[in-house]
Amino acid sequence: MTAKLSLRGVRKRFGAHEVCKGIDLDVFEGEMVCLIGASGSGKSTLLRCINLLEPIDEGAIWLDGADISEPGLDPQPVRQKIGIVFQSYNLFPHMTAAENVMLAPRRVRGRSREDMRPLVAELFQRFGLGDRMEHYPDQLSGGQQQRVAIIRALAMEPEIMLFDEITSALDPELVGEVLDVLRDLRLQGMTMVLATHEMGFARELADKVCFLDEGRILEEGPPEALFAAPREARTRAFLSRVL
Amino acid sequence: MDGASAPGRSAGGLTRREAYEAGIRRRSNRIALISTVSVVIAVIFLVPLAPGWDAVKNAFFNGRVFAATFPGLLDAFLLNVMIFAWSAPLIAVTGLAIALCRDARAPALFPLRLFGIAYTDVFRGLPVVLVIYIIGFGVPGLGLPRPWNSPYIWGTLALVLVYSAYVAEVIRSGIDSIHQSQRSAAASLGLSDRDTMRFVVLPQAIRNVVPANMNLFIALQKDVALLSFIGPVEIFRQAGVYKSLYANFTPYVVAAIIFLALTIPATRYADYLMNKQNRERS
Repeated sequence: MTAKLSLRGVRKRFGAHEVCKGIDLDVFEGEMVCLIGASGSGKSTLLRCINLLEPIDEGAIWLDGADISEPGLDPQPVRQKIGIVFQSYNLFPHMTAAENVMLAPRRVRGRSREDMRPLVAELFQRFGLGDRMEHYPDQLSGGQQQRVAIIRALAMEPEIMLFDEITSALDPELVGEVLDVLRDLRLQGMTMVLATHEMGFARELADKVCFLDEGRILEEGPPEALFAAPREARTRAFLSRVL
Repeated sequence: MDGASAPGRSAGGLTRREAYEAGIRRRSNRIALISTVSVVIAVIFLVPLAPGWDAVKNAFFNGRVFAATFPGLLDAFLLNVMIFAWSAPLIAVTGLAIALCRDARAPALFPLRLFGIAYTDVFRGLPVVLVIYIIGFGVPGLGLPRPWNSPYIWGTLALVLVYSAYVAEVIRSGIDSIHQSQRSAAASLGLSDRDTMRFVVLPQAIRNVVPANMNLFIALQKDVALLSFIGPVEIFRQAGVYKSLYANFTPYVVAAIIFLALTIPATRYADYLMNKQNRERS
């Protein structure tokens, strides 16, 4: 079986500072992979590279066997297949929640609002936001905004979803409602890559957990193994700090 | 000390801090009042003591001339309002176009970007009245047939050229103020650069710069009077005509009052919008 998404030797530099120092990663269809590690270990940058928001300096990224890291490649068709949700939601503040969700399908896929309504209403319903469609982002709580951001990415019907520490900016009591959404997506069989600090969640649902340290995947494996018996001293040190 | 009252309470149920602050407030108000009244009294009593006061009063604040010229000047002011009314939308559209030129990133559009930079540099660097003279006298000098020799057309063009350069800069600063993460979010959804600008960046940018642009349009309303130099008999020119007719400067004071009646409320409103926006941001 070939991987849905493959990274080989991915390196990314910002000026003299190398953030990703040769990363290999395989994500299979329907898998949920969690990236853990301290702030600045390269998790967010790696996700931004997969989505082509940042061009990589060396290495390659394959999606369904096609090299998407080819310099000069049009990133837009790729981004339509790979959705990303950011830590700071990044909703468009001048549009209602429903308009936020419908903008990309309308402009990129040429769908009409009327056409979209049933699907959008169903998504809002499913994630407990049925009565929030016409609200503006500043009228919603952080957890609600983040769920709208997830719906916005899902409305493009991506094949892979990337989540960049999407609960880190939330008040603790709002984290649960967003994790429930991820649980729901997991059951639907969505292929997902998460950068996360929610260790309990990673342990419960991930197929594979990767520990990033200074731009490298230092250790990876199924959550039971990695959390219960980490091989590397640095992994143990990190886990003892966060667990 | 009364053992029953809470520590720090003074008479009247105020905390001692409230009582102290009320005292400070009363004192500031008293000082402000005394200072204002003394200045007003000084102006009222001292200015008329000046040797030329009666002549000045007669030349600038003449009630008879005021009453006689006010309706005519108000009428002429309508022309200012009209010139403003057709210039403003042209300026808004041109300013937006120039701002987008300056923001063009594609290499093929580099000439456009260069044009945008040159345009804003040139027209922000020239006095408005100079542009009005050059265009308002220069172009009709080509001997064009009616209506193409009209000072209204070329005067308007001069205002549009100058003011759209300022509006373009304000809009561009608005575009720059939109956080990169908004562009990232749009790009990650597969939106093109063009759609990102049109649906995500511009609507927010333009909303942010409404107060700044309002100040520009208030300045425009005043600068319409400069067109009087190339022909149109608007309020400033009409005031000049009355001045000669009555041999009295009161018409200028009337014109000033008419301008202020419009610009002061507009300025206050722009300030209100600006403060509101600052409050929302903080």
